[in-house]
Amino acid sequence: MIDQMPAHMHPSRSFQGLILTLHNFWAAQGCIILQPYDMEVGAGTLHPATTLRALGPRRWNAAYVQPSRRPKDGRYGENPNRLQHYYQYQVILKPNPANLQELYLGSLAAIGVDPLVHDIRFVEDDWENPTTGSAGLGWECWCDGMEVSQFTYFQQVCGIECAPVAGELTYGLERLAMYVQGVDNVYDLNFNGLEGNDKVTYGEVFLQAEQEYSRHNFEHADTAMLFRHFADAEAECKALLDAGAPAEGGNQANHKMVFPAYDQCIKASHLLNLLDARGVISVTERQSYILRVRNLAKMCGEAFLLTEAGGADSAKTSMKEDGMRMEKL
Amino acid sequence: MPDLLLELRSEEIPARMQRKAAGDLKKMLTDGLVEAGLTYEAAREYWTPRRLTLDIRGLTPRSKDIREERKGPSTKAPEAAIQGFLRGAGLASIAEAHVHSDPKKGDFYVAHISKPGRSAEEIIAELMPAIIKSFPWPKSMRWGPASAKPGSLRWVRPLQSIVCTFGPETEEPVVVDFEVDGIRSGNITYGHRFHAPEAIKVRRFDDYAAKLESAKVVIDAERRKEMIVADARNLAFASGLELVEDEGLLEEVSGLVEWPVVLMGTFEDTYLQIPAEVIRLTIRANQKCFVTRPQGSEDTLSNHFILTSNIEAKDGGKEIAHGNGKVVRARLSDALYFWNTDQGDLPDLDTLKQSAEAFGLDLKKPLDQRMARLDHLGVTFHAKLGTQGQRVQRIRGLAREIAKLVGAEPKLSDRAAVLAKADLQTEVVGEFPELQGAMGRKYALLQGESPSVAAAIEEHYKPQGPSDRVPADPVSVSVALADKLDTLVGFWTIDEKPTGSKDPYALRRAALGIVRIILAARGRLPLQQLFDAALRQLEEASVQRRLAAFEAEQAAIDSGDVDGEQDVDNALAAYEAELRKETIDRAAPLKADLIAFFHDRLKVYLRELGARHDLIDAVITPDADDLLTITRRVEALGKFLDTEDGKNLLAGTKRAANILAAEEKKGTAVAKAVDPALFREEAESALFALVDQAVSEAGQAIRNEDFSAAMRALSVLREPVDSFFEKVLVNDEDVAVRANRLALLARIRTATDQVADFSKIAG
Repeated sequence: MIDQMPAHMHPSRSFQGLILTLHNFWAAQGCIILQPYDMEVGAGTLHPATTLRALGPRRWNAAYVQPSRRPKDGRYGENPNRLQHYYQYQVILKPNPANLQELYLGSLAAIGVDPLVHDIRFVEDDWENPTTGSAGLGWECWCDGMEVSQFTYFQQVCGIECAPVAGELTYGLERLAMYVQGVDNVYDLNFNGLEGNDKVTYGEVFLQAEQEYSRHNFEHADTAMLFRHFADAEAECKALLDAGAPAEGGNQANHKMVFPAYDQCIKASHLLNLLDARGVISVTERQSYILRVRNLAKMCGEAFLLTEAGGADSAKTSMKEDGMRMEKL
Repeated sequence: MPDLLLELRSEEIPARMQRKAAGDLKKMLTDGLVEAGLTYEAAREYWTPRRLTLDIRGLTPRSKDIREERKGPSTKAPEAAIQGFLRGAGLASIAEAHVHSDPKKGDFYVAHISKPGRSAEEIIAELMPAIIKSFPWPKSMRWGPASAKPGSLRWVRPLQSIVCTFGPETEEPVVVDFEVDGIRSGNITYGHRFHAPEAIKVRRFDDYAAKLESAKVVIDAERRKEMIVADARNLAFASGLELVEDEGLLEEVSGLVEWPVVLMGTFEDTYLQIPAEVIRLTIRANQKCFVTRPQGSEDTLSNHFILTSNIEAKDGGKEIAHGNGKVVRARLSDALYFWNTDQGDLPDLDTLKQSAEAFGLDLKKPLDQRMARLDHLGVTFHAKLGTQGQRVQRIRGLAREIAKLVGAEPKLSDRAAVLAKADLQTEVVGEFPELQGAMGRKYALLQGESPSVAAAIEEHYKPQGPSDRVPADPVSVSVALADKLDTLVGFWTIDEKPTGSKDPYALRRAALGIVRIILAARGRLPLQQLFDAALRQLEEASVQRRLAAFEAEQAAIDSGDVDGEQDVDNALAAYEAELRKETIDRAAPLKADLIAFFHDRLKVYLRELGARHDLIDAVITPDADDLLTITRRVEALGKFLDTEDGKNLLAGTKRAANILAAEEKKGTAVAKAVDPALFREEAESALFALVDQAVSEAGQAIRNEDFSAAMRALSVLREPVDSFFEKVLVNDEDVAVRANRLALLARIRTATDQVADFSKIAG
């Protein structure tokens, strides 16, 4: 696939080439290639294509890039490794195919990582997201001692046991790109793969934004407004879930408004992260805010199971149990 | 005799779980085999990140046939009893049972049960699925399409294949056939993930191990460890360095590779300004690499580190060493940033003024700033015991009091206590909590604190475990005791005591630490006094807190009333009196309970040092609160009982006590005091004269705390006690004489009781 692309698009030369190579690879495995979710999220996992779709019995294979915001990680553009806005590449396969590790290694090979030159390792790292009540077992994947991906078998999402289990791969794109491009500073990454006057660096695209958002996140975000918006999002999430809930004793058993409610849950989660970055939430308070978001996530997850995508209808007919028709590498 | 080969291959097993899992597998299978009537000559387990392997040699091919007769109920027994018998004996109908006759009981049923022996293969095939399904992983997971249904197989990570072969050396082994959740046993395994991904057919352990070795898998973890450590030492030596050995890291690293290849990486010299311990932990925790030091150096590290890769790289490992070096540099750059940040000013110093005043802090000094922030942020220590700031204030007050008892300069103890927890707010300790104390000491020295204050900041956490060093410097002793006493007494006041195996706040360890510090300090530190001091600090804070709450409540209720203010004052005074009384009422039973807890810790500790447990019991009284005295008494008593005089006196005293106890039980009269006029025998008056002397001499010696002298004073009793029992019959017919003799025996008990309760001593 790489050879079909112009040479400057090779992942070792271009950041966007890395993304396109991963898209090509996972598209070839039968994944649907989605676009980023159009809301602020802290991680690719929060995209409804992962958090909600990991629930229920239906098969789901998707890959997408998700811009992720971690307000607290802002460093005013001065740290060569840390960003408050970065890209995650997210792959979700439900149920996980038996050869998921091989598929993952295949994706590394596709971007030019030779496992007989580079030391690739699966090191224990169980994943947990307390804000959504999700957890899984897996590894951080090391390439020459650097963590380049997170590999998780979801066991629980929104406080609900996964049945079946989904496999989730998350690649830290900047870090991986720095590795394959051999660059020490994220802002030096070559974005478009061209040289000379035509070259566009990661810094040209994002440095100013990093500086501005760091100011916003740490100094200027209006905390009174953020607290208010948090309360609003929480109330709206519950109101939408109530409005869409199946009427008691009615014929219709399906929930009719989960995705819009879940948007409010994501919103609350991001507002919490902003408040945290502004340092206006104490340790104990933080815990109670996390619990409030988790409660929303749980309600959304439960409501999702009452929708068609959540398998509410297919549960009646028996679920097809054929595994993944994935290309064996 | 046939051998068994078993391999459970899975995706990467966490390093920390492998050794125990392999051991569990061996135990579960061998226990099961023995239970089923088989025997084996030897069993050994192996493990790598991707497999658990078991090699069982000399397994009996069949279990023996078993024939037994089982007696059943009478032929006239009710149907229910007969049905129960059939079920228990495994018979289909009563026609299969035999009828035996007994002259007394009449006819009854007997089942002839014969269990034919089973083949080992059959037994293994039955055992294995159950073992796999109930395997005790600390954490396990579900996976794949099967996980759609409840009750699907759980394993630590997806289980991929099972090898299970069985057979004697002389024959082609067979596959023991079984299936667990769709995974069927076979004789195929796979080698190194990257070097030898092809299928490998195996027969038995010997060719299995050899084939895997050529497929770049070393299945023996001990060998992997030896390879790593030997190569690491050589690599370091060749560069004029030596490896900083680390057994825990070695164990972990050996669980991350199937084919260890050791390489060396470097980082810039400038990072060596970071304390060596921080460098070591940074590289170890994040990168699982070893550090090295120049040969012969003690404290300094070199800028070379050693990593263990899992492949023989095509380029000889150049890329791998380079990549690891980059990551190590990034981590060290963070560590250097933390180390420098901790030595600089905090932002927003203005907000810390109030806290600084409360603790007498100098906000020009970095560590003082951190303490001020710890207080300012109101970081919770425990919901019911207040914030870290409040705790430090208590420790401070307590340390000052203890300072006087242990000969420390109170000002230094105060300063050390104030700064003891400040490093919890440093970046380095935030990253590596295990460096708490050690970092505080470094930062204290850097800002010019006295060496004993700096040492106390580190040593107040000591001793951490039974083998950890006990602080000796009086300033360290005062803060270490204050810290532990506050914790212990604090948790006692909120009734969070250790129960059974649960001790989440490590209170037993704190108490043992106090015991060891007091014994090592060899000073007079009565527990009662220490508890009182700790309670004063804790209760005062609690009383003030509750009074403030009460006042606020009253003010709210009485607002508007003309006499309101006066009423509030009166109510407040009454409430305060009530709280103080409550505090005093609670204190006595709490302290008694704590002393008993300390007695238990002391007993455990002295027993570990080899003291006899009955001697400790004999010496300890419920209110004994001077640990040093108790220990000295135990020592003196032990020495005394090793002498002939001691042994005989013990026997005599026990005899006296037994007679007394028996007579007291019968209600026999015992005279209140000994009357010499009633003596009939020479031995009586001889004993009486010496007993009185012994009572007063031993008493005097004990007041002087000379326990050996007390023992010597008692030892004169040995001869007269012996001859008393030899020549005198206690049970005289004359009631008055008998009562007088019993009173004399009671005097012996009085004499020895001053030293120890002899009735609790064995022998």
